[in-house]
Amino acid sequence: MFGDYSLGDLAAIFAMQGFAGLILFSVFLLMALGLAIIFGQMGVINMAHGEFMILGAYVTWMTSNFFQAYLPALFSGYFFVAMILAFLASGALGMLVEWGLIRHLYKRPLDTLLATWGLSLILQQCYRSIFGAREVGVDLPQWMLGSFQVTDAIQIPINGVFVMCLTILITCAVAYVLYWSRWGRQVRAVVQNRVMAGAVGINTERVDRYTFALGCGVAGIAGSAFTMIGSTGPTSGQLYIVDTFLVVVFGGAASLVGTIASAFTISQAQSTLEFFLSGSMAKVLTLLAIVGILMLRPQGLFSLKVRK
Amino acid sequence: MLAISNLHVAYGQSEVLHGLNVAVSPGEIVAIMGRNGMGKTTLMKALMGIVPTKSGSVSMNGVEVTGLRSYERVAQGLAYVPQGRMIFSAMTVEENIETGLVASGGKAVPRDIYELFPVLLEMKARRGGNLSGGQQQQLAVARALATGPKVLLLDEPTEGIQPSIIREMARTLKRIRDERRLSIVVSEQVLSFALDVADRVLVIENGEIVRDDPRAGINETEVAKYLSI
Repeated sequence: MFGDYSLGDLAAIFAMQGFAGLILFSVFLLMALGLAIIFGQMGVINMAHGEFMILGAYVTWMTSNFFQAYLPALFSGYFFVAMILAFLASGALGMLVEWGLIRHLYKRPLDTLLATWGLSLILQQCYRSIFGAREVGVDLPQWMLGSFQVTDAIQIPINGVFVMCLTILITCAVAYVLYWSRWGRQVRAVVQNRVMAGAVGINTERVDRYTFALGCGVAGIAGSAFTMIGSTGPTSGQLYIVDTFLVVVFGGAASLVGTIASAFTISQAQSTLEFFLSGSMAKVLTLLAIVGILMLRPQGLFSLKVRK
Repeated sequence: MLAISNLHVAYGQSEVLHGLNVAVSPGEIVAIMGRNGMGKTTLMKALMGIVPTKSGSVSMNGVEVTGLRSYERVAQGLAYVPQGRMIFSAMTVEENIETGLVASGGKAVPRDIYELFPVLLEMKARRGGNLSGGQQQQLAVARALATGPKVLLLDEPTEGIQPSIIREMARTLKRIRDERRLSIVVSEQVLSFALDVADRVLVIENGEIVRDDPRAGINETEVAKYLSI
């Protein structure tokens, strides 16, 4: 399949596809971070995670419309406001869902699976009723349009670079919160032994609620980033949920490094293969490779070595 | 300090503790002896709010804690070292101790905890799960002490630990009591350890306290009868 291209062409193709893959990597990673917090840390399989992301995307869209209509002078900075609002909206919805639904279903993974699946259908219909079935697109501010011309053959879009910087920043923030903050220690203690965590003085219910909210909030930010690479519709989130689970399981649940490595591998494989093969063949090859690796290493790419 | 009155605890319909009355004074070490299945662990779990109380009351310094959740009881000054240690195995030694600081509001691990258990300072960056049984036991006690307790509950601390370390542990517990003026309630099957450490020895049999002897005038053979099978 490489035969028709010259060496220089190939290099340019790999560079550009690699970069396109990096944007996909950003969305995967942000989605997977939220899911890894919720699934890896709390053991809850959240099928509605895609819908939390789409909520973030709709919030971004609404913010952009608001700025266009009422504050056109500040339009170039709307995205930062939108991100914060997306985080808060998805986080608040997550907190509500944890309180109303999830907390009654801990230790019942299959029931959570069904309940959150139902929740995702409800949310989709809500979006359809409120925002309409047509997909909406967000106008980007002027400074995010265009691209850096690296060489004659290689162009790198500015919004892609922006999304990536954003992702790196948020990943670092999440890592800090989970591994170095006082609150993160409480989360990890609750995850490992809920009863014992309570018996050393940790309010486990509150920790659960805020952990779930954080996971959903990060999905909301993923939604903000998503508006730059795709158009937002009621069911757009569903397309990403399977891939995201794949990222989390392949990376090894409860491992942040694993999640990053696996999001990178999967998105790069996907993006590069897509150029040379059809989209579905690329998917088949990626999936086959992952299935093979998981058969050899069921615990995922990275896992802690600790006496059980 | 800790007062238990007419405590009934049941798993569903089957009642395990039938009206216990125990009072622990400040600075006192009380050992609760009994064979397996007599209710020692259930008592400990009921005191921590892990198993719900059916009737009766538990109070700390006059504050009723019967209806409180585990973390609220910790805030009232109860601390718990469970059977099997239950340390957070994927977290480092230091992080394990720091989980106890949430209740006491401290920021860094107090120096005196490391002075008590120097081996934990040496291993503070290791994962808790990779320590030996005796070290994990020390870690579990350190974690409990980090909450700043008034009453320390230990559930069978000698289980699965080699004899030389058991003697060491008795010394450590007495030192903790002397330095921090806290009360200790320890459930035990090993009589020699209980006699080493306790001021008062209770015997629990089928969910009731059947003996209550001060250490000084204790009849060892009488107590041992309840322990032999």
